[in-house]
Amino acid sequence: MTQSQTPDGMWLRCDGCGEILYRKALERNFFICMRCGHHFRIFPEQYIKIILDNGLKELDSDLAPSDPLEFPQYREKLAKARSKTGKPDAFSYGKGKISGRPVVFGVMDFRFIGGSMGSVVGEKIARSIRLARNKRLPLIIVSTSGGARMHEGMFSLMQMAKTAAELGLLRQAHIPYISIPVDPCTGGVMASFASLGDIIISEPGALLGFAGPRVIENTIGEKLPKGFQRAEFLLKHGFLDMVVSRRDLKETLTRILSILWPQKQDESGTL
Amino acid sequence: MPQGWLDFEQPLAELMERIDELTAIGAKEEVKRLREQVKELKSKLYSNLTPWQQVLLARHPRRPYMLDYIERMVTDFVELHGDRAFADDPAIIAGIGKINETGLAIIGHQKGRDTKEKLYRNFGMPHPEGYRKTLRVMKLAVRFGLPILSLIDTPAAYPGVGAEERGQAEAIARNLREMAILPVPIVVVVCGEGGSGGALAVAVGNRVLMQENALFSVISPEGCASILWRDGSKTKEAAEVLKMTASDLLKFGIIDEVVPEPLGGAHQDWDEAAKLLKRAVMANFRKLALKSAEELVKQRISKLASVGVYTR
Ligand SMILES: [Zn+2]
Repeated sequence: MTQSQTPDGMWLRCDGCGEILYRKALERNFFICMRCGHHFRIFPEQYIKIILDNGLKELDSDLAPSDPLEFPQYREKLAKARSKTGKPDAFSYGKGKISGRPVVFGVMDFRFIGGSMGSVVGEKIARSIRLARNKRLPLIIVSTSGGARMHEGMFSLMQMAKTAAELGLLRQAHIPYISIPVDPCTGGVMASFASLGDIIISEPGALLGFAGPRVIENTIGEKLPKGFQRAEFLLKHGFLDMVVSRRDLKETLTRILSILWPQKQDESGTL
Repeated sequence: MPQGWLDFEQPLAELMERIDELTAIGAKEEVKRLREQVKELKSKLYSNLTPWQQVLLARHPRRPYMLDYIERMVTDFVELHGDRAFADDPAIIAGIGKINETGLAIIGHQKGRDTKEKLYRNFGMPHPEGYRKTLRVMKLAVRFGLPILSLIDTPAAYPGVGAEERGQAEAIARNLREMAILPVPIVVVVCGEGGSGGALAVAVGNRVLMQENALFSVISPEGCASILWRDGSKTKEAAEVLKMTASDLLKFGIIDEVVPEPLGGAHQDWDEAAKLLKRAVMANFRKLALKSAEELVKQRISKLASVGVYTR
Protein backbone atom coordinates (compact mmCIF):
# COMPACT_ATOMS: atom_id res chain seq x y z
CA MET A 1 0.00 0.00 0.00
CA THR A 2 1.18 3.54 -0.74
CA GLN A 3 1.12 6.22 1.92
CA SER A 4 -1.91 7.78 0.35
CA GLN A 5 -3.83 4.59 1.06
CA THR A 6 -2.90 4.46 4.71
CA PRO A 7 -3.05 7.95 6.06
CA ASP A 8 -0.60 7.73 8.91
CA GLY A 9 2.53 9.72 7.99
CA MET A 10 2.95 13.45 8.70
CA TRP A 11 2.77 14.32 5.03
CA LEU A 12 0.71 12.52 2.44
CA ARG A 13 0.79 12.60 -1.32
CA CYS A 14 -2.56 12.84 -3.11
CA ASP A 15 -3.27 10.05 -5.61
CA GLY A 16 -5.57 12.42 -7.47
CA CYS A 17 -3.29 15.39 -8.14
CA GLY A 18 0.11 14.57 -6.66
CA GLU A 19 -0.02 17.42 -4.14
CA ILE A 20 1.81 16.87 -0.84
CA LEU A 21 -0.63 17.49 1.98
CA TYR A 22 -0.19 18.02 5.71
CA ARG A 23 -1.87 15.19 7.55
CA LYS A 24 -3.52 17.28 10.26
CA ALA A 25 -5.07 19.60 7.69
CA LEU A 26 -6.23 16.65 5.62
CA GLU A 27 -7.80 15.03 8.67
CA ARG A 28 -9.74 18.21 9.42
CA ASN A 29 -10.96 18.02 5.83
CA PHE A 30 -12.33 14.45 6.19
CA PHE A 31 -9.29 13.10 4.31
CA ILE A 32 -10.48 14.84 1.16
CA CYS A 33 -7.71 16.50 -0.88
CA MET A 34 -7.95 20.27 -0.45
CA ARG A 35 -6.78 20.79 -4.00
CA CYS A 36 -8.61 18.22 -6.17
CA GLY A 37 -11.31 16.68 -3.95
CA HIS A 38 -9.82 13.16 -4.11
CA HIS A 39 -11.17 11.03 -1.28
CA PHE A 40 -8.33 9.22 0.51
CA ARG A 41 -9.10 5.74 1.77
CA ILE A 42 -9.96 5.87 5.44
CA PHE A 43 -10.58 3.20 8.02
CA PRO A 44 -13.24 2.24 10.60
CA GLU A 45 -12.06 4.61 13.34
CA GLN A 46 -12.36 7.56 10.95
CA TYR A 47 -15.79 6.56 9.64
CA ILE A 48 -17.00 6.16 13.20
CA LYS A 49 -15.73 9.66 14.00
CA ILE A 50 -17.28 11.18 10.89
CA ILE A 51 -20.69 9.49 11.05
CA LEU A 52 -21.49 8.78 14.71
CA ASP A 53 -22.06 11.35 17.49
CA ASN A 54 -20.18 9.71 20.34
CA GLY A 55 -18.44 6.66 18.96
CA LEU A 56 -19.53 3.06 18.58
CA LYS A 57 -20.74 0.82 21.40
CA GLU A 58 -19.19 -2.23 19.90
CA LEU A 59 -20.70 -5.71 20.19
CA ASP A 60 -19.15 -9.15 19.66
CA SER A 61 -15.72 -7.55 19.38
CA ASP A 62 -14.16 -10.80 20.57
CA LEU A 63 -15.53 -13.00 17.79
CA ALA A 64 -12.44 -14.45 16.13
CA PRO A 65 -11.75 -16.56 13.05
CA SER A 66 -10.53 -20.13 13.03
CA ASP A 67 -9.02 -22.15 10.22
CA PRO A 68 -11.58 -24.80 9.20
CA LEU A 69 -9.75 -25.78 6.00
CA GLU A 70 -6.26 -25.69 7.55
CA PHE A 71 -5.46 -23.46 4.62
CA PRO A 72 -1.80 -22.72 3.82
CA GLN A 73 -0.50 -19.53 5.44
CA TYR A 74 -3.92 -18.52 6.77
CA ARG A 75 -3.02 -18.43 10.45
CA GLU A 76 0.03 -16.30 9.71
CA LYS A 77 -2.08 -13.94 7.63
CA LEU A 78 -4.62 -13.62 10.43
CA ALA A 79 -1.96 -12.90 13.02
CA LYS A 80 -0.42 -10.22 10.82
CA ALA A 81 -3.77 -8.59 10.10
CA ARG A 82 -4.62 -8.66 13.78
CA SER A 83 -1.43 -6.88 14.77
CA LYS A 84 -1.94 -4.32 12.00
CA THR A 85 -5.52 -3.43 12.96
CA GLY A 86 -5.77 -4.47 16.60
CA LYS A 87 -8.94 -6.39 15.69
CA PRO A 88 -9.61 -10.12 15.30
CA ASP A 89 -11.31 -9.68 11.91
CA ALA A 90 -12.48 -7.22 9.26
CA PHE A 91 -15.85 -6.00 10.57
CA SER A 92 -17.00 -4.08 13.64
CA TYR A 93 -20.56 -3.27 14.60
CA GLY A 94 -22.62 -2.02 17.46
CA LYS A 95 -24.97 0.75 18.50
CA GLY A 96 -24.39 4.42 17.96
CA LYS A 97 -26.19 7.68 17.31
CA ILE A 98 -26.41 9.83 14.23
CA SER A 99 -27.49 13.37 15.09
CA GLY A 100 -29.23 12.02 18.16
CA ARG A 101 -30.90 9.12 16.38
CA PRO A 102 -30.02 5.61 17.58
CA VAL A 103 -28.88 3.25 14.86
CA VAL A 104 -27.08 -0.04 14.38
CA PHE A 105 -23.80 0.78 12.68
CA GLY A 106 -21.24 -1.53 11.08
CA VAL A 107 -18.01 -0.85 9.24
CA MET A 108 -15.49 -3.02 7.38
CA ASP A 109 -11.72 -2.68 7.55
CA PHE A 110 -9.90 -3.04 4.23
CA ARG A 111 -6.55 -3.40 6.01
CA PHE A 112 -7.65 -6.78 7.36
CA ILE A 113 -6.88 -9.24 4.50
CA GLY A 114 -8.44 -6.85 2.01
CA GLY A 115 -11.66 -6.59 3.98
CA SER A 116 -12.45 -10.12 2.89
CA MET A 117 -15.55 -11.85 4.23
CA GLY A 118 -15.10 -15.13 6.06
CA SER A 119 -17.19 -16.71 8.80
CA VAL A 120 -16.60 -13.95 11.37
CA VAL A 121 -17.44 -11.06 9.05
CA GLY A 122 -20.53 -12.87 7.76
CA GLU A 123 -21.67 -13.85 11.25
CA LYS A 124 -21.23 -10.34 12.63
CA ILE A 125 -23.03 -8.78 9.70
CA ALA A 126 -25.88 -11.24 10.18
CA ARG A 127 -25.95 -10.34 13.89
CA SER A 128 -25.98 -6.62 13.15
CA ILE A 129 -28.98 -7.14 10.85
CA ARG A 130 -30.79 -9.20 13.50
CA LEU A 131 -30.05 -6.56 16.12
CA ALA A 132 -31.55 -3.89 13.87
CA ARG A 133 -34.63 -6.05 13.39
CA ASN A 134 -35.07 -6.98 17.05
CA LYS A 135 -34.53 -3.44 18.35
CA ARG A 136 -36.27 -1.84 15.38
CA LEU A 137 -33.34 0.44 14.66
CA PRO A 138 -32.14 1.62 11.25
CA LEU A 139 -29.06 -0.21 9.97
CA ILE A 140 -26.08 1.51 8.38
CA ILE A 141 -23.13 -0.47 7.01
CA VAL A 142 -19.95 0.97 5.48
CA SER A 143 -18.49 -1.75 3.24
CA THR A 144 -15.06 -2.07 1.70
CA SER A 145 -13.80 -5.46 0.60
CA GLY A 146 -12.15 -7.51 -2.09
CA GLY A 147 -14.85 -10.17 -1.67
CA ALA A 148 -15.25 -13.56 -0.07
CA ARG A 149 -12.22 -14.85 1.86
CA MET A 150 -10.57 -17.65 -0.13
CA HIS A 151 -8.89 -19.13 2.96
CA GLU A 152 -12.18 -20.29 4.48
CA GLY A 153 -13.43 -21.79 1.22
CA MET A 154 -17.15 -22.47 1.01
CA PHE A 155 -17.69 -21.21 4.55
CA SER A 156 -16.88 -17.79 3.14
CA LEU A 157 -19.03 -18.07 0.04
CA MET A 158 -22.05 -19.08 2.13
CA GLN A 159 -21.78 -15.85 4.14
CA MET A 160 -23.08 -14.04 1.07
CA ALA A 161 -26.32 -16.00 1.21
CA LYS A 162 -26.47 -15.77 5.00
CA THR A 163 -26.25 -11.97 5.10
CA ALA A 164 -28.63 -11.53 2.16
CA ALA A 165 -31.18 -13.84 3.81
CA GLU A 166 -31.13 -11.80 7.03
CA LEU A 167 -31.68 -8.68 4.95
CA GLY A 168 -34.74 -10.35 3.45
CA LEU A 169 -36.23 -10.53 6.94
CA LEU A 170 -35.19 -6.96 7.79
CA ARG A 171 -36.88 -5.76 4.64
CA GLN A 172 -40.08 -7.62 5.53
CA ALA A 173 -39.95 -5.87 8.92
CA HIS A 174 -39.86 -2.47 7.16
CA ILE A 175 -36.71 -1.29 8.85
CA PRO A 176 -34.40 0.90 6.78
CA TYR A 177 -30.98 -0.32 5.73
CA ILE A 178 -28.59 2.23 4.26
CA SER A 179 -25.60 0.68 2.54
CA ILE A 180 -22.44 2.73 2.02
CA PRO A 181 -19.97 0.84 -0.17
CA VAL A 182 -16.68 2.76 -0.32
CA ASP A 183 -13.38 2.40 -2.15
CA PRO A 184 -12.81 -0.40 -3.01
CA CYS A 185 -15.76 -2.75 -2.79
CA THR A 186 -15.99 -5.74 -5.12
CA GLY A 187 -16.75 -9.45 -5.31
CA GLY A 188 -18.84 -11.32 -2.79
CA VAL A 189 -19.49 -8.33 -0.56
CA MET A 190 -20.74 -6.20 -3.42
CA ALA A 191 -22.70 -9.24 -4.65
CA SER A 192 -24.50 -9.59 -1.32
CA PHE A 193 -25.35 -7.18 1.50
CA ALA A 194 -23.55 -4.11 0.09
CA SER A 195 -25.85 -4.04 -2.97
CA LEU A 196 -29.04 -4.57 -0.98
CA GLY A 197 -29.53 -1.25 0.77
CA ASP A 198 -32.92 0.43 0.65
CA ILE A 199 -30.70 3.36 -0.12
CA ILE A 200 -27.15 2.98 -1.43
CA ILE A 201 -24.67 5.82 -1.11
CA SER A 202 -21.03 5.96 -2.14
CA GLU A 203 -18.15 8.42 -2.22
CA PRO A 204 -16.61 10.16 -5.25
CA GLY A 205 -14.24 7.97 -7.22
CA ALA A 206 -14.87 4.77 -5.25
CA LEU A 207 -14.19 1.55 -7.16
CA LEU A 208 -17.28 -0.65 -6.96
CA GLY A 209 -18.25 -3.75 -8.91
CA PHE A 210 -18.57 -7.49 -9.09
CA ALA A 211 -15.40 -8.58 -10.89
CA GLY A 212 -12.16 -6.76 -10.24
CA PRO A 213 -10.94 -4.60 -13.15
CA ARG A 214 -7.90 -6.84 -13.78
CA VAL A 215 -10.08 -9.94 -14.07
CA ILE A 216 -12.26 -8.17 -16.62
CA GLU A 217 -9.25 -6.92 -18.58
CA ASN A 218 -7.88 -10.47 -18.71
CA THR A 219 -11.23 -11.82 -19.88
CA ILE A 220 -11.93 -9.29 -22.62
CA GLY A 221 -8.28 -8.76 -23.56
CA GLU A 222 -8.34 -4.99 -23.54
CA LYS A 223 -7.87 -2.01 -21.23
CA LEU A 224 -10.96 -0.71 -19.48
CA PRO A 225 -11.98 2.90 -20.09
CA LYS A 226 -11.21 5.54 -17.48
CA GLY A 227 -13.92 5.81 -14.86
CA PHE A 228 -15.17 2.24 -15.40
CA GLN A 229 -16.64 0.81 -12.16
CA ARG A 230 -16.20 4.10 -10.35
CA ALA A 231 -19.05 5.37 -8.16
CA GLU A 232 -20.08 7.91 -10.82
CA PHE A 233 -20.32 5.06 -13.37
CA LEU A 234 -22.62 3.06 -11.08
CA LEU A 235 -24.71 6.16 -10.44
CA LYS A 236 -25.11 6.68 -14.18
CA HIS A 237 -26.09 3.04 -14.70
CA GLY A 238 -28.64 3.10 -11.92
CA PHE A 239 -26.96 1.11 -9.15
CA LEU A 240 -26.40 3.90 -6.61
CA ASP A 241 -28.84 6.41 -5.21
CA MET A 242 -26.18 9.04 -4.80
CA VAL A 243 -22.49 9.84 -4.71
CA VAL A 244 -21.88 12.08 -1.72
CA SER A 245 -18.78 13.94 -0.59
CA ARG A 246 -17.57 12.50 2.69
CA ARG A 247 -18.00 15.98 4.12
CA ASP A 248 -21.78 15.68 3.58
CA LEU A 249 -22.19 12.03 4.53
CA LYS A 250 -23.50 12.51 8.06
CA GLU A 251 -25.89 15.28 7.07
CA THR A 252 -27.22 13.12 4.21
CA LEU A 253 -27.80 10.17 6.56
CA THR A 254 -29.49 12.44 9.08
CA ARG A 255 -31.87 13.80 6.48
CA ILE A 256 -32.77 10.32 5.18
CA LEU A 257 -33.34 8.94 8.68
CA SER A 258 -35.47 11.93 9.64
CA ILE A 259 -37.82 11.04 6.79
CA LEU A 260 -37.79 7.23 6.86
CA TRP A 261 -37.60 6.83 10.66
CA PRO A 262 -38.93 10.04 12.24
CA GLN A 263 -40.60 8.40 15.23
CA LYS A 264 -37.34 7.17 16.64
CA GLN A 265 -35.62 10.47 17.27
CA ASP A 266 -36.24 10.65 20.97
CA GLU A 267 -36.36 6.99 21.86
CA SER A 268 -32.76 6.73 22.90
CA GLY A 269 -33.57 4.58 25.91
CA THR A 270 -32.39 1.47 24.09
CA LEU A 271 -28.84 2.79 24.18
CA MET B 1 -6.83 -41.57 -29.39
CA PRO B 2 -10.56 -41.59 -28.55
CA GLN B 3 -11.95 -38.05 -28.27
CA GLY B 4 -13.68 -36.37 -25.36
CA TRP B 5 -12.05 -38.48 -22.64
CA LEU B 6 -9.59 -37.38 -19.99
CA ASP B 7 -5.99 -38.57 -20.08
CA PHE B 8 -6.39 -40.89 -17.13
CA GLU B 9 -9.50 -42.39 -18.75
CA GLN B 10 -7.73 -43.38 -21.98
CA PRO B 11 -7.41 -47.10 -21.18
CA LEU B 12 -11.16 -47.20 -20.56
CA ALA B 13 -11.96 -45.24 -23.72
CA GLU B 14 -9.86 -47.64 -25.79
CA LEU B 15 -11.57 -50.63 -24.25
CA MET B 16 -15.00 -49.17 -25.00
CA GLU B 17 -13.97 -48.51 -28.59
CA ARG B 18 -12.87 -52.11 -28.91
CA ILE B 19 -16.24 -53.27 -27.56
CA ASP B 20 -18.03 -51.19 -30.20
CA GLU B 21 -15.94 -52.76 -32.94
CA LEU B 22 -16.53 -56.29 -31.68
CA THR B 23 -20.25 -55.68 -31.20
CA ALA B 24 -20.44 -54.58 -34.82
CA ILE B 25 -19.03 -57.91 -36.01
CA GLY B 26 -21.11 -59.92 -33.54
CA ALA B 27 -18.31 -61.32 -31.34
CA LYS B 28 -20.61 -61.88 -28.39
CA GLU B 29 -18.35 -63.94 -26.14
CA GLU B 30 -15.44 -61.55 -26.52
CA VAL B 31 -17.71 -58.55 -25.86
CA LYS B 32 -19.00 -60.16 -22.68
CA ARG B 33 -15.47 -60.74 -21.48
CA LEU B 34 -14.45 -57.15 -22.23
CA ARG B 35 -17.49 -55.76 -20.42
CA GLU B 36 -16.30 -57.49 -17.27
CA GLN B 37 -12.94 -55.85 -17.80
CA VAL B 38 -14.65 -52.45 -18.15
CA LYS B 39 -16.27 -52.87 -14.76
CA GLU B 40 -12.99 -53.76 -13.12
CA LEU B 41 -11.14 -50.98 -14.83
CA LYS B 42 -13.78 -48.43 -13.80
CA SER B 43 -13.63 -49.33 -10.15
CA LYS B 44 -9.86 -49.11 -10.34
CA LEU B 45 -9.78 -45.78 -12.20
CA TYR B 46 -12.46 -43.95 -10.26
CA SER B 47 -11.90 -45.02 -6.68
CA ASN B 48 -9.52 -42.72 -4.81
CA LEU B 49 -9.67 -39.86 -7.29
CA THR B 50 -7.41 -36.93 -6.50
CA PRO B 51 -9.11 -33.56 -5.98
CA TRP B 52 -7.75 -32.45 -9.34
CA GLN B 53 -9.21 -35.50 -11.09
CA GLN B 54 -12.52 -34.59 -9.51
CA VAL B 55 -12.21 -31.12 -10.99
CA LEU B 56 -11.67 -32.70 -14.39
CA LEU B 57 -14.69 -34.97 -13.95
CA ALA B 58 -16.92 -32.07 -12.92
CA ARG B 59 -15.82 -30.28 -16.10
CA HIS B 60 -15.89 -33.42 -18.24
CA PRO B 61 -16.73 -32.60 -21.87
CA ARG B 62 -19.08 -35.60 -21.96
CA ARG B 63 -20.84 -34.75 -18.70
CA PRO B 64 -24.63 -34.26 -19.04
CA TYR B 65 -25.79 -30.64 -18.88
CA MET B 66 -29.05 -29.18 -17.66
CA LEU B 67 -31.02 -29.74 -20.86
CA ASP B 68 -29.84 -33.37 -20.98
CA TYR B 69 -31.32 -33.90 -17.53
CA ILE B 70 -34.52 -32.06 -18.38
CA GLU B 71 -34.96 -34.28 -21.42
CA ARG B 72 -34.71 -37.35 -19.23
CA MET B 73 -36.46 -36.20 -16.03
CA VAL B 74 -39.08 -33.66 -16.99
CA THR B 75 -42.23 -33.95 -19.07
CA ASP B 76 -44.16 -31.10 -20.72
CA PHE B 77 -41.19 -28.77 -20.27
CA VAL B 78 -41.90 -25.20 -21.35
CA GLU B 79 -38.83 -23.01 -21.52
CA LEU B 80 -39.43 -19.37 -20.63
CA HIS B 81 -37.23 -16.61 -21.90
CA GLY B 82 -36.07 -13.17 -20.89
CA ASP B 83 -35.85 -10.96 -17.83
CA ARG B 84 -38.47 -8.47 -19.09
CA ALA B 85 -35.90 -5.71 -18.70
CA PHE B 86 -32.96 -6.16 -21.01
CA ALA B 87 -32.47 -9.52 -22.74
CA ASP B 88 -32.64 -13.29 -22.67
CA ASP B 89 -29.49 -14.97 -21.38
CA PRO B 90 -28.76 -18.33 -23.05
CA ALA B 91 -26.34 -19.25 -20.24
CA ILE B 92 -29.38 -19.72 -18.01
CA ILE B 93 -32.37 -21.96 -18.63
CA ALA B 94 -35.65 -21.28 -16.86
CA GLY B 95 -39.00 -22.89 -17.35
CA ILE B 96 -41.88 -24.94 -16.03
CA GLY B 97 -42.63 -28.62 -16.41
CA LYS B 98 -43.59 -31.81 -14.58
CA ILE B 99 -41.76 -34.59 -12.83
CA ASN B 100 -43.98 -37.62 -12.11
CA GLU B 101 -47.02 -35.46 -12.98
CA THR B 102 -46.07 -32.84 -10.36
CA GLY B 103 -45.71 -29.31 -11.73
CA LEU B 104 -42.57 -27.36 -10.87
CA ALA B 105 -40.35 -24.52 -11.99
CA ILE B 106 -36.81 -25.32 -13.07
CA ILE B 107 -33.87 -22.96 -13.32
CA GLY B 108 -30.16 -23.45 -13.87
CA HIS B 109 -27.05 -22.99 -15.96
CA GLN B 110 -26.52 -24.38 -19.42
CA LYS B 111 -23.12 -25.02 -21.00
CA GLY B 112 -22.52 -25.73 -24.67
CA ARG B 113 -21.33 -29.03 -26.13
CA ASP B 114 -19.57 -27.89 -29.32
CA THR B 115 -17.70 -24.66 -30.04
CA LYS B 116 -20.66 -22.90 -31.58
CA GLU B 117 -22.99 -23.79 -28.72
CA LYS B 118 -20.32 -23.00 -26.14
CA LEU B 119 -20.09 -19.47 -27.49
CA TYR B 120 -23.87 -19.17 -27.67
CA ARG B 121 -24.18 -20.30 -24.05
CA ASN B 122 -21.18 -18.15 -23.04
CA PHE B 123 -19.61 -21.28 -21.49
CA GLY B 124 -22.41 -21.31 -18.93
CA MET B 125 -21.37 -17.94 -17.51
CA PRO B 126 -24.45 -15.79 -16.90
CA HIS B 127 -24.97 -12.08 -17.28
CA PRO B 128 -27.22 -10.16 -14.86
CA GLU B 129 -30.24 -10.69 -17.13
CA GLY B 130 -29.81 -14.44 -16.63
CA TYR B 131 -30.17 -14.14 -12.87
CA ARG B 132 -33.06 -11.73 -13.30
CA LYS B 133 -34.76 -14.28 -15.56
CA THR B 134 -34.46 -16.92 -12.84
CA LEU B 135 -36.00 -14.58 -10.29
CA ARG B 136 -38.87 -13.74 -12.61
CA VAL B 137 -39.64 -17.42 -13.13
CA MET B 138 -39.24 -18.20 -9.42
CA LYS B 139 -41.79 -15.52 -8.58
CA LEU B 140 -44.09 -17.01 -11.20
CA ALA B 141 -43.69 -20.33 -9.40
CA VAL B 142 -44.66 -18.71 -6.10
CA ARG B 143 -47.85 -17.23 -7.59
CA PHE B 144 -48.94 -20.66 -8.77
CA GLY B 145 -47.68 -22.64 -5.81
CA LEU B 146 -45.01 -24.57 -7.71
CA PRO B 147 -41.86 -25.92 -6.04
CA ILE B 148 -38.54 -24.85 -7.54
CA LEU B 149 -35.66 -27.02 -8.73
CA SER B 150 -32.31 -25.35 -9.42
CA LEU B 151 -29.51 -27.17 -11.24
CA ILE B 152 -26.07 -25.60 -10.91
CA ASP B 153 -23.24 -25.88 -13.43
CA THR B 154 -21.17 -22.77 -14.09
CA PRO B 155 -17.51 -21.76 -13.95
CA ALA B 156 -18.52 -18.26 -12.76
CA ALA B 157 -20.75 -15.27 -13.32
CA TYR B 158 -19.38 -13.56 -16.42
CA PRO B 159 -16.77 -10.88 -15.64
CA GLY B 160 -17.34 -8.48 -18.55
CA VAL B 161 -18.09 -4.87 -19.36
CA GLY B 162 -21.80 -5.30 -20.09
CA ALA B 163 -22.24 -7.48 -17.01
CA GLU B 164 -20.82 -4.70 -14.83
CA GLU B 165 -22.84 -1.98 -16.57
CA ARG B 166 -26.02 -3.92 -15.94
CA GLY B 167 -25.24 -4.71 -12.31
CA GLN B 168 -23.90 -8.25 -12.00
CA ALA B 169 -23.37 -7.71 -8.27
CA GLU B 170 -26.88 -6.39 -7.74
CA ALA B 171 -28.46 -9.22 -9.71
CA ILE B 172 -26.66 -11.88 -7.65
CA ALA B 173 -27.33 -10.11 -4.35
CA ARG B 174 -31.02 -9.72 -5.10
CA ASN B 175 -31.38 -13.39 -5.99
CA LEU B 176 -29.75 -14.39 -2.70
CA ARG B 177 -32.11 -12.22 -0.70
CA GLU B 178 -35.27 -13.17 -2.58
CA MET B 179 -34.58 -16.90 -2.75
CA ALA B 180 -34.17 -16.93 1.02
CA ILE B 181 -37.74 -15.74 1.55
CA LEU B 182 -39.68 -17.48 -1.24
CA PRO B 183 -42.62 -19.36 0.32
CA VAL B 184 -42.29 -22.55 -1.79
CA PRO B 185 -39.98 -25.57 -1.53
CA ILE B 186 -36.60 -25.11 -3.23
CA VAL B 187 -34.27 -28.00 -4.00
CA VAL B 188 -30.82 -27.18 -5.35
CA VAL B 189 -28.48 -29.67 -7.00
CA VAL B 190 -24.93 -28.79 -7.97
CA CYS B 191 -24.47 -30.96 -11.06
CA GLY B 192 -21.10 -29.85 -12.39
CA GLU B 193 -19.09 -26.79 -11.50
CA GLY B 194 -20.42 -24.67 -8.66
CA GLY B 195 -18.33 -21.63 -9.48
CA SER B 196 -18.46 -19.07 -6.68
CA GLY B 197 -21.08 -16.28 -6.67
CA GLY B 198 -22.19 -17.24 -10.15
CA ALA B 199 -23.36 -20.57 -8.77
CA LEU B 200 -24.53 -19.39 -5.36
CA ALA B 201 -26.89 -16.87 -6.98
CA VAL B 202 -29.26 -19.76 -7.76
CA ALA B 203 -28.22 -22.07 -4.93
CA VAL B 204 -30.27 -20.93 -1.94
CA GLY B 205 -32.57 -23.81 -1.07
CA ASN B 206 -34.26 -25.85 1.62
CA ARG B 207 -32.12 -28.73 0.50
CA VAL B 208 -28.77 -28.30 -1.25
CA LEU B 209 -27.50 -31.47 -2.93
CA MET B 210 -24.37 -32.22 -4.90
CA GLN B 211 -23.76 -34.92 -7.42
CA GLU B 212 -20.91 -37.16 -6.42
CA ASN B 213 -18.39 -35.59 -8.80
CA ALA B 214 -19.61 -32.01 -8.69
CA LEU B 215 -17.68 -29.11 -7.19
CA PHE B 216 -18.71 -26.06 -5.22
CA SER B 217 -16.07 -23.47 -4.50
CA VAL B 218 -15.43 -19.91 -3.42
CA ILE B 219 -12.86 -19.52 -6.21
CA SER B 220 -11.63 -21.66 -9.11
CA PRO B 221 -8.45 -23.66 -8.49
CA GLU B 222 -6.84 -21.57 -11.24
CA GLY B 223 -7.78 -18.33 -9.50
CA CYS B 224 -6.67 -19.63 -6.11
CA ALA B 225 -3.31 -20.79 -7.49
CA SER B 226 -2.54 -17.45 -9.06
CA ILE B 227 -3.39 -15.58 -5.86
CA LEU B 228 -1.81 -17.97 -3.39
CA TRP B 229 1.32 -19.05 -5.25
CA ARG B 230 1.29 -16.38 -7.99
CA ASP B 231 1.42 -19.34 -10.33
CA GLY B 232 -1.70 -20.19 -12.30
CA SER B 233 -0.35 -23.64 -13.09
CA LYS B 234 -0.43 -24.87 -9.48
CA THR B 235 -4.06 -25.85 -9.93
CA LYS B 236 -3.61 -29.33 -8.47
CA GLU B 237 -2.37 -27.97 -5.17
CA ALA B 238 -5.17 -25.40 -5.15
CA ALA B 239 -7.84 -28.03 -5.80
CA GLU B 240 -6.59 -29.84 -2.74
CA VAL B 241 -6.54 -26.94 -0.29
CA LEU B 242 -9.90 -25.48 -1.36
CA LYS B 243 -11.94 -28.50 -0.15
CA MET B 244 -14.49 -28.19 -2.92
CA THR B 245 -15.73 -31.74 -3.44
CA ALA B 246 -19.14 -33.13 -2.48
CA SER B 247 -17.69 -35.34 0.25
CA ASP B 248 -15.73 -32.43 1.79
CA LEU B 249 -18.76 -30.17 1.79
CA LEU B 250 -21.05 -32.83 3.23
CA LYS B 251 -18.57 -33.29 6.04
CA PHE B 252 -18.58 -29.51 6.67
CA GLY B 253 -22.38 -29.47 6.75
CA ILE B 254 -22.48 -27.01 3.87
CA ILE B 255 -24.53 -29.36 1.71
CA ASP B 256 -27.26 -31.77 2.79
CA GLU B 257 -26.81 -34.80 0.59
CA VAL B 258 -24.62 -36.37 -2.09
CA VAL B 259 -26.44 -37.67 -5.17
CA PRO B 260 -24.81 -40.84 -6.49
CA GLU B 261 -23.61 -41.05 -10.09
CA PRO B 262 -23.13 -44.13 -12.26
CA LEU B 263 -19.80 -45.90 -11.70
CA GLY B 264 -17.10 -43.66 -13.15
CA GLY B 265 -19.25 -40.52 -13.29
CA ALA B 266 -22.40 -39.12 -14.85
CA HIS B 267 -20.78 -39.01 -18.30
CA GLN B 268 -20.64 -42.83 -18.48
CA ASP B 269 -24.42 -43.22 -18.58
CA TRP B 270 -26.67 -40.16 -18.93
CA ASP B 271 -29.90 -42.14 -18.47
CA GLU B 272 -28.72 -43.72 -15.27
CA ALA B 273 -27.38 -40.38 -13.98
CA ALA B 274 -30.75 -38.75 -14.68
CA LYS B 275 -32.58 -41.60 -12.94
CA LEU B 276 -30.46 -41.23 -9.81
CA LEU B 277 -30.85 -37.45 -9.87
CA LYS B 278 -34.60 -37.63 -10.29
CA ARG B 279 -34.94 -40.10 -7.45
CA ALA B 280 -32.99 -37.84 -5.07
CA VAL B 281 -34.83 -34.68 -6.11
CA MET B 282 -38.29 -36.22 -5.74
CA ALA B 283 -37.50 -37.76 -2.35
CA ASN B 284 -36.57 -34.29 -1.12
CA PHE B 285 -39.60 -32.57 -2.61
CA ARG B 286 -41.84 -35.18 -0.99
CA LYS B 287 -40.40 -34.36 2.43
CA LEU B 288 -40.63 -30.61 1.87
CA ALA B 289 -44.25 -30.83 0.72
CA LEU B 290 -45.23 -31.44 4.34
CA LYS B 291 -43.93 -28.06 5.47
CA SER B 292 -45.87 -24.81 5.55
CA ALA B 293 -44.66 -21.71 3.71
CA GLU B 294 -43.44 -20.17 6.98
CA GLU B 295 -41.63 -23.33 7.97
CA LEU B 296 -39.91 -23.46 4.59
CA VAL B 297 -38.59 -19.90 4.88
CA LYS B 298 -37.56 -20.41 8.48
CA GLN B 299 -35.76 -23.67 7.74
CA ARG B 300 -33.92 -22.18 4.77
CA ILE B 301 -32.72 -19.14 6.67
CA SER B 302 -31.75 -20.92 9.88
CA LYS B 303 -29.72 -23.41 7.85
CA LEU B 304 -27.76 -20.49 6.37
CA ALA B 305 -27.48 -18.80 9.74
CA SER B 306 -25.69 -21.83 11.15
CA VAL B 307 -22.92 -21.86 8.50
CA GLY B 308 -19.63 -20.49 9.76
CA VAL B 309 -16.76 -21.41 12.05
CA TYR B 310 -15.50 -18.96 14.66
CA THR B 311 -14.30 -18.76 18.24
CA ARG B 312 -14.29 -16.29 21.12
ZN1 LIG C 1 -5.52 15.97 -4.83
